[in-house]
Amino acid sequence: MNKRFMSILIPILFFYAQNCFTNDEPVKFKNILQEEQYYNLLEEVRCLVCQNQSLADSNAPLAQDLRNEIYEMVNSKKNNNEILDFLVKRYGDFVLYRPPLKKNTWLLWFGPFLILIIAISIGIIVIKKQIGDK
Amino acid sequence: MIRYLLPLTIFLGITVLFIYGLQNDPRYIPSPLINQSAPEFNLPTLHEPELNIKMDTLKGKVSLLNVWASWCAACRIEHPILNNAVRNYDIKLYGLNYKDSRSEALIWLKDLGNPYIESAYDKDGVVGIDYGVYGVPETFIIDKQGIIRYKHIGPINNEQFDNIIMPMIRNLEEEK
Repeated sequence: MNKRFMSILIPILFFYAQNCFTNDEPVKFKNILQEEQYYNLLEEVRCLVCQNQSLADSNAPLAQDLRNEIYEMVNSKKNNNEILDFLVKRYGDFVLYRPPLKKNTWLLWFGPFLILIIAISIGIIVIKKQIGDK
Repeated sequence: MIRYLLPLTIFLGITVLFIYGLQNDPRYIPSPLINQSAPEFNLPTLHEPELNIKMDTLKGKVSLLNVWASWCAACRIEHPILNNAVRNYDIKLYGLNYKDSRSEALIWLKDLGNPYIESAYDKDGVVGIDYGVYGVPETFIIDKQGIIRYKHIGPINNEQFDNIIMPMIRNLEEEK
């Protein structure tokens, strides 16, 4: 049964997998540096439609448009700061996976350390108490 | 005592945090364009491809710029509210037809009514990117000087139109 099932399932999976990628035209670059820059940028930028996906991951039409936009900018030799600035001016800090340190992102950056400190403090208190009990 | 109070406080703290989180709409992302000049554009109009509409056209009076598309389901929900709005109030409503097919957009307006003074035809969504559009429908309130003062993401309902949009337009109209 398994073999037959797989022989049906696998072509179906391939069909859908193909559908996921067909809207991506292959991108060509003048040199490898630009190619690296392009792919690094795609990982740095969040897709606003599917918020937990980067531009590299997302199949949303907006992500496709923004990839094209970034491609054009990379091709016209813009640097990373200029390109990210272009996006932030339009979509805000939220497009960046690593937003700049500001008053309203302070908790985002340092919150985890704050929680770590609290956790360690609680741990120390509990351990001390247990030692004291003995 | 602490033994029971501590977990309880932590639990209550997390609960408050979760309740706060649930009331936030993650789709709502504050736009950096608020209080900035509305990005320039120069696009063909939807109805007459040989005529162009520019951002400058919107200046002089407080106007609404509504980003819409015939493929957008939420726009269909919002549409009657816009139709009513232009019928009941003296407002300047412009459309930005976003990544749409011209013929389908025209049919859409013919079937559902056209509340827009004019719709700009942004076929490739280039102007949409300049306006930071990420989910249609979106509506911008632009003041007399051409500065974006408010952005609404998603369909406007009647209540929001009466309680947020309309008071804002009235306030801005008092400005010089």
